Amino acid sequence: MSQGLLDAQNGATSSPEANGKRGVSRRTFLKLSVTVGAAAGGGLLLGFSMPAVSQDQKAGKSVIGGDANEAAQNGVFAPNAFIQIDTAGKVTLVIPKVEMGQGVYTSIPMLIAEELEVPLDTVTLDHAPPDEKLFTDPLLGGQLTGGSTSIRYAWEPMRKAGATARMLLIGAAAQQWQVDAASCHAKSGQVIHAASNRSIGYGQLVDAAAKLPVPQNVPLKDPKDFKIIGTAVKRLDSPEKVDGTATFGLDVRLPDMVYAAIANCPVFGGKLASVDDTNAKKIPGVRQVVKIDNAVAVIGDHTWAAKRGLQALDIKWNEGADAKLSMKQIVDDLANASQRNGAVARKDGDVVHAFSNAKTRVDAVYQQPFLAHATMEPINCTVHVRPDGCEIWLGSQVPTRVRDAAMAVTGLPADKIVVHNHLIGGGFGRRLEFDMVTQAVKIGKQVSTPVKVLWTREEDIQHDMYRPYYYDKISAGLDANGKPLAWQHRIVGSSIMARFAPPAFKDGLDPDAVEVASDLPYDLPNQLVDYVRQEPHAIPTAFWRGVGPTRGTFVVESFIDELAAEAKVDPVKYRRDLLGKTPRALNVLNTAAQAANWGSAVPKGQGRGVSVMHAFGSYFAIVVDVAVDQGEVAVKRVVCAVDCGMVVNPNTVEAQVQGGIIFGITAALYSEITIKDGRVEQNNFTDYRMLRIDETPPIDVHIVKSSEAPGGIGEPGTAALAPALTNAIFAATGKRLRQLPVGSQLKTA
Amino acid sequence: MTTFNINGETHTVDAPPDMPLLWVLRDLVGLTGTKFGCGIAQCGACTVHLDGVAVRSCVLPAAAVGDKKITTIEAVGNTPAGQKVQQAWRQLDVVQCGYCQSGQVMSAASLIASNPNPTDADIDAAMAGNICRCGTYNRIRVAIKHAAKGV
Repeated sequence: MSQGLLDAQNGATSSPEANGKRGVSRRTFLKLSVTVGAAAGGGLLLGFSMPAVSQDQKAGKSVIGGDANEAAQNGVFAPNAFIQIDTAGKVTLVIPKVEMGQGVYTSIPMLIAEELEVPLDTVTLDHAPPDEKLFTDPLLGGQLTGGSTSIRYAWEPMRKAGATARMLLIGAAAQQWQVDAASCHAKSGQVIHAASNRSIGYGQLVDAAAKLPVPQNVPLKDPKDFKIIGTAVKRLDSPEKVDGTATFGLDVRLPDMVYAAIANCPVFGGKLASVDDTNAKKIPGVRQVVKIDNAVAVIGDHTWAAKRGLQALDIKWNEGADAKLSMKQIVDDLANASQRNGAVARKDGDVVHAFSNAKTRVDAVYQQPFLAHATMEPINCTVHVRPDGCEIWLGSQVPTRVRDAAMAVTGLPADKIVVHNHLIGGGFGRRLEFDMVTQAVKIGKQVSTPVKVLWTREEDIQHDMYRPYYYDKISAGLDANGKPLAWQHRIVGSSIMARFAPPAFKDGLDPDAVEVASDLPYDLPNQLVDYVRQEPHAIPTAFWRGVGPTRGTFVVESFIDELAAEAKVDPVKYRRDLLGKTPRALNVLNTAAQAANWGSAVPKGQGRGVSVMHAFGSYFAIVVDVAVDQGEVAVKRVVCAVDCGMVVNPNTVEAQVQGGIIFGITAALYSEITIKDGRVEQNNFTDYRMLRIDETPPIDVHIVKSSEAPGGIGEPGTAALAPALTNAIFAATGKRLRQLPVGSQLKTA
Repeated sequence: MTTFNINGETHTVDAPPDMPLLWVLRDLVGLTGTKFGCGIAQCGACTVHLDGVAVRSCVLPAAAVGDKKITTIEAVGNTPAGQKVQQAWRQLDVVQCGYCQSGQVMSAASLIASNPNPTDADIDAAMAGNICRCGTYNRIRVAIKHAAKGV
């Protein structure tokens, strides 16, 4: 998702005034908007709090704390939606983004603590409740975590939140001491007046601070004075994730809770016809069989009883219009659609004229498969639906959409829906969706107690919402020196935006589908990029790690490699010559090439490939070495350079880049969801294979020093990986792979 | 009713004999640190120790446990190997989403308990059954070596 894509949609899917008038001392929120630029609104501080324990604390001490609803009592100083300090000096940070591995429960606290002047190992973290007035990310136009925007969004408002609170606390101390506030400073949760050698803890100042007017235009530290930002702070959520005490949505346990196993209609778009549950009800521990429109759930005393019960059902489905849908039909539809003119995403110069002047012409078709997310935490949602309210427990990237989904099913108003967000056991775009919430609430309406709905891995893979299958036609005309004179690129595929954020889909153009492709770092004087929407019948599509740039970068960086080969120019040199107007891209390319010793000899049977990308506000270059033996590809080494602007936590940047690259290697080598008779053919990790430790290469990450604003880092590694890998295969074998995954293509060749 | 020895304590629960140990732990005993990932012993998220040996609890029937001692992620820190592994994991910031890490820690602890100086090949062999979707493998490798050295 690119910046601002969802702006037009802000509020469109969300109810106004949701959670508006509950419980919390109001003074706290009246001040918030000055800081974050949102309208003043109510704030409900709920959700479980997660005490972040210090790194040297012994394992076993980290536990989920109480509900922040109870914690937010009178006497708590909350100058904005993100900071609460109680009279004992305890600091709680409400984190507007959800933690799904990307490290925001460390990096956002770092931003706040830098200005608030509190030690990080003393803060407690709360998940933010659904509230678009307080927690909207303007880059995404909603309370969403995705698109590698978290730090880009948080960079200024979180520091301002911390600075505002600090200035109020200093003001309160200065008033008490009757000294000039400018003569005081804050350090480690205290205000200090050095001249008189006095100090006072934040907790003793909260009542007075809450009565002071909020300062305008708070000054922020000069980056040279940063003490926390830019340092390799260890993850605050690490201890509880290594001793089993971290609570994911799947781990919720409630009094009287029962367990549901689910069978979704195997054909997309199909409905439930009938169920014979005679045998299921004979199984000990089976309590109830619940039917909804397109699924059946068996409710049991435990997961095993529910699962056994499900296996004993005799279910008949109305498979619907797509009962014979095949990959051939889907791909034929895309190929036919590629004959149509599309919505123009980029038009520079005169492509037709430029082609007529070109010395040579190169044409290619690229295809990329449906992909499942396969988060390690399978899809689950726990609900308690009562006539007067509905509570939901899960890990979600979209808490407001979760709330709205429950409102739609129950008919209850927003203030009767409580969403308890959790640590997410892998998001990658899957938990930007709320289908599991709609389903669980429909089931919960028929169950008198709390019910945990858990999908098996098979259901998770066969009823995902998939990264679309894309079909790209791309052509270039080269001049006598082999440089691209004309560039034409047509992208054909499902529009995720048209469903996910309808106002962002304008005049037939999906801005996500054309991302990267319509804004290349290269100097291309004549280019035409367009998009044709073609939906894959009832197969649901959704965002997937790296979003538009993952699909776009594979095509354009493979094709640039084709042009370099056509021009008989070294692939790095060819790119360098086109990057004159994009110095940050050129810099990462040079850094990666040098670090990888580009141009040095490669062992027989091996090849080295490169790719360059500008996306998510960051610049990225990767060099991949592969070995190809009898059609089997092994990745031997990955070297990359990243310019993501100012770095908040280099430890996180390295981890995200390495992890993103591994995610990309899995997809490039193995991942493919295929459809037969309207059903997904893959089942589990046996046939939807993941990269494992024994296949993982060394990954060297070189972070380029930069004073630019921070860019995103969660997705670039994934987005830039595949073409470097297939370009390396080309270097090793001379075979150009224009279709992913690599799979068995080299064996049948 | 069946009796299990879990983390040094005795638990008697009403578990059907074919119920995998994973669901005994999670649903009946309430130890949710052990995770469900695939249900067919392909991902390792459910790894626990049976008399100190790493096993996949999602395919281990309750009836097959007998009087063997079960150790889960909640208590592996009480073993010398488990403690070293957890410490190395924290020092090197291995985790990302963290969902698979219970299983990773259990497999790693079992490895270094039996092999105090694992080679890269030993690590590959012991850890290849544990999938991490976030891609923490590079740090896992380094952390196991740190743990083995007691760094």
